[in-house]
Amino acid sequence: MSGLMVIAEHRQGKLRACTKEVVGAALSLENDVVVAVLAAEPAKIAGELIGSAPSLLLMAHPSLADYNPEAYLPVLADLVASRAPRLVLLPHTSQGMDLAPALAGRLDLPLVTDCTGVEFGERITLSRQVYSGKVVERLVLEPAPSVVLTLQPGAFAEAAGGMETEVIETPVSQIEPKCARRLLEYIRAASEDVDISAAEILVAVGRGIGKSENVAMAQELAAAIGGTVACSRPVADAGWLPKSRQVGTSGKTVRPKVYIALGISGAFQHLAGMKGADTIIAVNKDPAAPIFQVADFGVVGDCLELLPALKRALAG
Amino acid sequence: MKIVVLAKSVPEVAEAELEVTADGSGLETEDLVLGINEWDNFAVEEAIRLRDAHGGTVEVLTLGDEEAEDVLRRALAMGADEATHLCDEAFAGSDPATVARLFARAITGEDFDLILTGVQSSDANNAQTGVLLAQRLGIAFATLATKIEMGGAGLVVHRELEADTEERVELPLPALVTVQSGINQPRYVSVMGIRKVRGKTVERLELDDLGLAPEEVGAPASIVSQRRLSLPEAGGSAEMIAGSMAEVSGRLAAIVREKGGLS
Repeated sequence: MSGLMVIAEHRQGKLRACTKEVVGAALSLENDVVVAVLAAEPAKIAGELIGSAPSLLLMAHPSLADYNPEAYLPVLADLVASRAPRLVLLPHTSQGMDLAPALAGRLDLPLVTDCTGVEFGERITLSRQVYSGKVVERLVLEPAPSVVLTLQPGAFAEAAGGMETEVIETPVSQIEPKCARRLLEYIRAASEDVDISAAEILVAVGRGIGKSENVAMAQELAAAIGGTVACSRPVADAGWLPKSRQVGTSGKTVRPKVYIALGISGAFQHLAGMKGADTIIAVNKDPAAPIFQVADFGVVGDCLELLPALKRALAG
Repeated sequence: MKIVVLAKSVPEVAEAELEVTADGSGLETEDLVLGINEWDNFAVEEAIRLRDAHGGTVEVLTLGDEEAEDVLRRALAMGADEATHLCDEAFAGSDPATVARLFARAITGEDFDLILTGVQSSDANNAQTGVLLAQRLGIAFATLATKIEMGGAGLVVHRELEADTEERVELPLPALVTVQSGINQPRYVSVMGIRKVRGKTVERLELDDLGLAPEEVGAPASIVSQRRLSLPEAGGSAEMIAGSMAEVSGRLAAIVREKGGLS
């Protein structure tokens, strides 16, 4: 047991940027890092990793073209069992959340998900966010030869470039003859009239807006300042605004000049979609809301009370 | 069709003031209100809708202390047919792999077609139990469902990926699917509705019933040797603005004008 193994993530022929963060996290722990790239043509996907990872394992097979846990699992199980890396690292994404528990379950390895910090000592210590991001958890693990971890996107810096990369083509032996789960197609959400990622000022509403009717107040404020209304997940889930207005990992990533977050608590999936804004103003009743961790300016209070006053102040 | 749903009782923390216990190992839960994990609520609703459309029964299971039974009562009030409570002091401190193992024991031998559960729980945020259970049962699975339709080889599931993208996958039955929030609009449950199902039986399963030894479950079997919780410093680096409504809105307006490039 030695070294760390990163499972690269790609979709529709492109490496996903979160992979570079996971490589960066691994390299901050130790230099012996291999990145396993399972794909139909892994060399095409792995190009972006050359220079930023010490070692790439290219595993080519037509059935690995698109992610399918049943195609990936036998290949990875074989690889992990034979190399026995100290850590197997994946991003905590739609793929990592699907694959990591299946891999850990299959090999009976310990799994810790959505880590924001990893420390190596005699024992492995992990930091995570729990209770809707309001509490930080530190876990010290029981000793185990290999541990599977998923890392929170955005929590780790990408690997720096300029390093020598060894590329190893690794034959794929264990292929599931027929997968029960079958990918039918990818669907891109239809583009709407408004593209929130192009807006310079976003007025974003969250659960704290209370009810559907109150969204109009945010729309009025946005209209007064030439801004656009956006939202967090619970508002789109409830159908108060269309999904196309949702900011976050599953929706849109935005970088406006000003982002006004009203009644948004700040799940990491939301923060990942807006923390690149130049100026973030957050209004929330809960002083412990995670949104204040990324805000430049914060107001502890009820956005419903503040909205009319703010609109008056800006319209005047 | 028999649909099994796994639901968890969690503390509601959205606007609660949280406090870590003196030894740092947990939260002070005395003042916290417990409720069904938000994602599991969507799973219960989805199960009931599928049953209403295609026939069959819905069984809801939970693992937790005495109070967790409220989650089952609530699910029965929503329209679930049966409820099972895995309840034993020995289960405290179980890691997700053990929880999956206990659920696997509880449903082994049942003739189920579909297992639904939430993508994750708001308290521990693990997003593991569903897939670990599928792996243990050796059945097909899909996570992060935003739509579930009967058809194809069994089920067609829309999985939420990143950046406005979804994938459509086909699964044969039996299968396990983890449900993303927003998949449906869960029905409202009234106190009256919960009272009405007072007479329904909730089956109880303890450690002995599941055929495991005390050292195989709970904290002794956990991959975690030590857990410490802490609260991040409120506000972080944000400049907090306080004052009267006029002062606060005036200050915010000035910031929006300046930073937004408004005249």
